[in-house]
Amino acid sequence: MSNSRLTRRGLLKTSALAGAGLALPTIFTASSAAAFTNEPTGSSVTLGFNVPQTGPYADEGADELRAYELAVEHLNGGGDGGMMNTFSSKALQGNGILGKKVEFVTGDTQTKSDAARASAKSMIEKDGAIMITGGSSSGVAVAVQGLCQEAGVIFMAGLTHSNDTTGKDRKANGFRHFFNSYMSGAALAPVLANAYGTDRKAYHLTADYNWGYTTEEAVKASTEAMGWETVAAVKTPLTQTDFSSYIAPVLQSGADTLVLNHYGGNMVNSLTNAVQFGLRDKQVNGKDFQIIVPLYSRLMAKGAGANVKGIFGSTNWHWTLTDEGSKAFVKSFGTKYGFPPSQAAHTTYVQALLYADAVERAGSFNPCAVAEALEGFEFDGMGNGKTLYRADDHQCFKDVLVVKGKENPDSEFDLLEIVEVTPVDQVMYAPDHPQMGGPEATLGTCNAGA
Amino acid sequence: MFGLNKKDFNLFLIVIALTMLAPFILNPFPAGSGMAQFNAGYPDLMQRFVIFGIFAIGFNILFGLTGYLSFGHAAFLGVGSYGAIWMMKLVTLNVIPAIIMGVIVSGVFALAIGFISLRRSGIYFSILTLAFAQMSYALAYSVLTPITGGETGLQIKPTDRPIFSNLEEGEIGRANLFGLDMRSSYELEVGNWAFTFNTGYYIAAIVMILAFYLSIRIFRSPFGTMLRAVKSNQTRMNYTGLNARPYTLAAFVISGMYAGLAGGLLVAMDTQVGPERMFWTASGEVVLMTILGGASTLIGPVLGAGLIKYMENILSKINKDILHQWFAFLPDGIEDFLVTIVYPFIGKGWHLTLGIIFMAVVIFLPGGLVEGGKRFMDFVKRKKSKTPPSDESAQSTPAE
Repeated sequence: MSNSRLTRRGLLKTSALAGAGLALPTIFTASSAAAFTNEPTGSSVTLGFNVPQTGPYADEGADELRAYELAVEHLNGGGDGGMMNTFSSKALQGNGILGKKVEFVTGDTQTKSDAARASAKSMIEKDGAIMITGGSSSGVAVAVQGLCQEAGVIFMAGLTHSNDTTGKDRKANGFRHFFNSYMSGAALAPVLANAYGTDRKAYHLTADYNWGYTTEEAVKASTEAMGWETVAAVKTPLTQTDFSSYIAPVLQSGADTLVLNHYGGNMVNSLTNAVQFGLRDKQVNGKDFQIIVPLYSRLMAKGAGANVKGIFGSTNWHWTLTDEGSKAFVKSFGTKYGFPPSQAAHTTYVQALLYADAVERAGSFNPCAVAEALEGFEFDGMGNGKTLYRADDHQCFKDVLVVKGKENPDSEFDLLEIVEVTPVDQVMYAPDHPQMGGPEATLGTCNAGA
Repeated sequence: MFGLNKKDFNLFLIVIALTMLAPFILNPFPAGSGMAQFNAGYPDLMQRFVIFGIFAIGFNILFGLTGYLSFGHAAFLGVGSYGAIWMMKLVTLNVIPAIIMGVIVSGVFALAIGFISLRRSGIYFSILTLAFAQMSYALAYSVLTPITGGETGLQIKPTDRPIFSNLEEGEIGRANLFGLDMRSSYELEVGNWAFTFNTGYYIAAIVMILAFYLSIRIFRSPFGTMLRAVKSNQTRMNYTGLNARPYTLAAFVISGMYAGLAGGLLVAMDTQVGPERMFWTASGEVVLMTILGGASTLIGPVLGAGLIKYMENILSKINKDILHQWFAFLPDGIEDFLVTIVYPFIGKGWHLTLGIIFMAVVIFLPGGLVEGGKRFMDFVKRKKSKTPPSDESAQSTPAE
């Protein structure tokens, strides 16, 4: 080993040099006094698509990414334009956003809030993303929304259904197009009353985490309001794969309705178990036993197969809708990928377009200007009918679809049929509703960063 | 100097130089060029490098010295984070009390878990720690939702009003060090290159240098020798009349406190905690870091942590479009072919690449990256001098 000659003088010299080197930069620093975080200066603008590519919601994430790529293509003037043609606002020209070509970076949230924040941070700090969007879980949405608020960029939430995202955890820089637990409950209750009567005894199985709690609360509140009784509400671990031990006590409880506040793989397993136990063939209190799944998605229906037949639930959007917007979207998505889009794809596509449109109308990428353009914005032609982006909590208000598992599906995508389109007035609530964090919940002030 | 022998002191200087010059070292490619994809010199990742470096250094004090493989170390990271964020939410937004709180909380937690787990050794110890960590995760995820925020985790909210703060109405508190914002950065542009100097990073880096120094001292102390004795032959140690338990427990608690320090720093840099931080995969990650870099070497765990975090954050962001750009100069058929071959290993497939590297390291370089470095240096030296390595250099590389 060579003898290193580390002397005091040598050390002093090196540190002096290093110090000078560090001081030097003030000469080179370009005076880039940006008005807000990641102000796009070149001929392009970068959006950050932060979706789960691994983990339990990887399927949803993949579909979201497809929708984003389609949206970018349409924004840059490629393809057939999709919903840009049916969108009520005509600010988008197909020449990018404010004339800047849209580019994007992608990241993997892994459905973990830490990983999602790390990935969003790298998009903001390294790639200069001006807006972050995506995600397939409320925990991630809340975590990334908080980050965007701190960093001073806009967050357009993807698939997140928990009340908290625009309830107690709402943020001035965050926006959600997807519906929420409260709306599911409010939309389902009247349909259930019609179909099953007003004197039922409900038994809830609830996934033991945040989204499960808000959904249980919402469904309980709206069903009890019309006369149902809640016999019991049992929490099930998120990692549970076999629900037989939870299903057995349901029959002994004297309940005649089972509400499964489960999502994704959880719901597929619990519903399959419940049907295998023969719950749906039972008679309790002189009534047929029924099962309800508050939040449906096509991917879940696919997983549960024939078990979903005749089971009620709610969904944000379904590709069989026949309005112009939905038709245009299904057409361009189908042409590009060969199968119809899921509700996750729809909401993310719409969010990307809404953001781009808000920038055009505001005439600036400044997050505060964009937020102002989105607040109170009313639009149509995006597949959900007339929609309002409410200024008080940055939540979209639109009609909610109540769906039911189809008895005779034509294809593997055609698993749900729309029972009723619940009008928006029925699912409207006050911004300081107790389920939404009460009067304490506040958006805070818009942060433009820099 | 500083009570270190020459070799350790040189290593210490190298670590100081690497951490202090990281913004330059990690951004070798001009911004805007195609290679900028591989730049890692942005604040968040640099912070993660040093923080997970601390985590791995601490883990190595337990695993590298005593040979006890804890498979639940992430629990201490998570507990430290929760302790730190509550300190920030309730008492002060200054990061120092928060970090100290994180260290204390996880130290106490480690004492309790270590006291029980260390009654067993080998695989039983690993399983016990894994069980405790998964329990903590499950508790944080659902049962303790009022304290931990459940799945959503905890953040600083506009309604949080710490006792020692003068926030305006509706203002969201920011982590700071006596008024110095953790997120403030200084951007230096030289030609096409852009280098970012971030306050939070330098604070974390200084903490890591201190943690590294402490770890050298522990490695070279009589206490460290005692821990090595536990690893080499615990039975013999017992027969000489020494009780190993106090030593292993001390190592376990120190290592847990390192994890708490890392957890506290994570919160200081990014004021948010989620329960996934305690998930068993996070515990497995620190084992990977340590083995990949070289267990029971001083610098190994830091290198391992760097490599894994680099892959997680850089490799996972390369998507198909970027691949097509890279291979665009080739004819279409070959381009598509190459993209198809490479695609499974990047983007969401980064775990696969990590697995392959890990296997290669374990099979061909059992001493980790550090051994790789040593072999390389020996190879270069031999080429230069054309003489067999002297006894001195053979002695200076003990099999630790």
